[in-house]
Amino acid sequence: MRFRDVFSIIGPAMVGPSSSHTAGAARIGRVARLMFGECPGSADIQLYGSFAATYRGHGTDTALVGGLLDMTTDDPRLPDAFAHAEAAGMTVSIRPGKGLYPHPNTAELTLVNAAGDHTLRLTGTSIGGGNIEIVRINGFSLKLTAAYPTLIIRHYDEPGVVAIVSALLVDSGINIARMAVDRQSRRGEAMMVMECDAMLDRVLTDRISQLPGVQEISLLAM
Amino acid sequence: MNFRTLKELAGLAEARSSTLGELMLGEQCQESGEDRDSVFRQMLEYYLIMKTAVEQGIRTDTVSKSGLTGGDARRMSAYREQSPSLLGEHASLAMTYALAVSEVNASMGRIIATPTAGSCGIIPGVLISSQERFGWSDDQMVYGLFAAGAIGYVIANNSFISGAEGGCQAEVGSAIGMAAGALVDIRGGTPAQAIHAVGLALKNTLGLICDPVAGLVEIPCIVRNGFGAITALGAADMALAGVRSVIPSDEVVQVMLEVGSAMPESLRETAGGGLAQTPTGRRITRDLQQQS
Repeated sequence: MRFRDVFSIIGPAMVGPSSSHTAGAARIGRVARLMFGECPGSADIQLYGSFAATYRGHGTDTALVGGLLDMTTDDPRLPDAFAHAEAAGMTVSIRPGKGLYPHPNTAELTLVNAAGDHTLRLTGTSIGGGNIEIVRINGFSLKLTAAYPTLIIRHYDEPGVVAIVSALLVDSGINIARMAVDRQSRRGEAMMVMECDAMLDRVLTDRISQLPGVQEISLLAM
Repeated sequence: MNFRTLKELAGLAEARSSTLGELMLGEQCQESGEDRDSVFRQMLEYYLIMKTAVEQGIRTDTVSKSGLTGGDARRMSAYREQSPSLLGEHASLAMTYALAVSEVNASMGRIIATPTAGSCGIIPGVLISSQERFGWSDDQMVYGLFAAGAIGYVIANNSFISGAEGGCQAEVGSAIGMAAGALVDIRGGTPAQAIHAVGLALKNTLGLICDPVAGLVEIPCIVRNGFGAITALGAADMALAGVRSVIPSDEVVQVMLEVGSAMPESLRETAGGGLAQTPTGRRITRDLQQQS
């Protein structure tokens, strides 16, 4: 189901004026920030569809930047996000994207840290009422809603990786609500995303990160 | 959730002899794994934020970020005090409150998306004004919000709730259907009556385009929230009187999906058509661009 529960319909609490163009944009920005793990030195933001057509009036750009600064949808500082970005030393470029896009409200973010040795490319869609779907991460086509604690694992495509990670989750009594896997090539780089019904503890994430075949893991909890 | 359609929702509520609101509270607890108290408290918190937004829109001079809109709720309040409104005491109050919350939204104030920010005035408008009229408790209103959420959940998963996907019918239309069903539920109507209210309301907004001037959630969004509150009251009254939606409400939801999918992109929140592209709409857009 695209919309999972009552609070995806009633809510979120947010600063106006648009749930899809402001609150959803803030959430996409915040997912990118949490996945990136540090304040970006630069953010290149490409907007598509209705995002590109109407972002100024809705503060879509402001909200994305606010999210990149770890602000929530009802953060009173949100309207002044650009000033906060400048203070934080983050440069921002906003431009209309070219080519096909997956949803009328789509933003493509490329984040680079100040040292220039850490990059994240992420495509997010705002599907209505402040709900979002991240549909692409560093070239992998996946789907995650950020509504659950989400395990994001970069790994090698080999038999058993998904099964072993799932088994560890089962041992901890954690249920997987949704999951997605994509790979660059057979036996090449791959990524899996697991949206879980409960929070994972440090012991569990450490064990998963040490599994053979696993390159890197991150845990997203909004 | 144990239901996918409005028919299944009403069927479950009837089988368990519960209201739609009580049913949805239980379903939410199961879905989230949280206890009743914390789920209920979260919704109560949202209801209190809605009340604050009404208060703010009525008491303060709201001016939108663009400077285009604001102050309409105060105009309505002053008018209501001077002379009897044509709509009557209650409907005009619901309309005034809906305008108030929408204006707070346009001024980058704090609101609850119900189901979206563009349609955030309708549910608080009808629920808070009805609470004052009938003396209902906050707890009763919170159940009403759960009922509205249950209806919105079905619409959102079978059709859409964003203007960019399905036009204004998806936003304001859905909010009216949700508000109408919730009112019937709180007022003691049967689940079947609440579902009829949804269908009756949705039929009245089918085809409504999303054509915001300069792409802002202001013109015509704010007044559509005001009108939406009145339509919700009307649909709830019809359903409570026994009027039925002859085309079943689930089929009406499917029509909304069909119509929204057929709507050209220019009429789905891109400001590429409709009111946004009238001579005045274009002039306002140009003026705003020159200012920025």
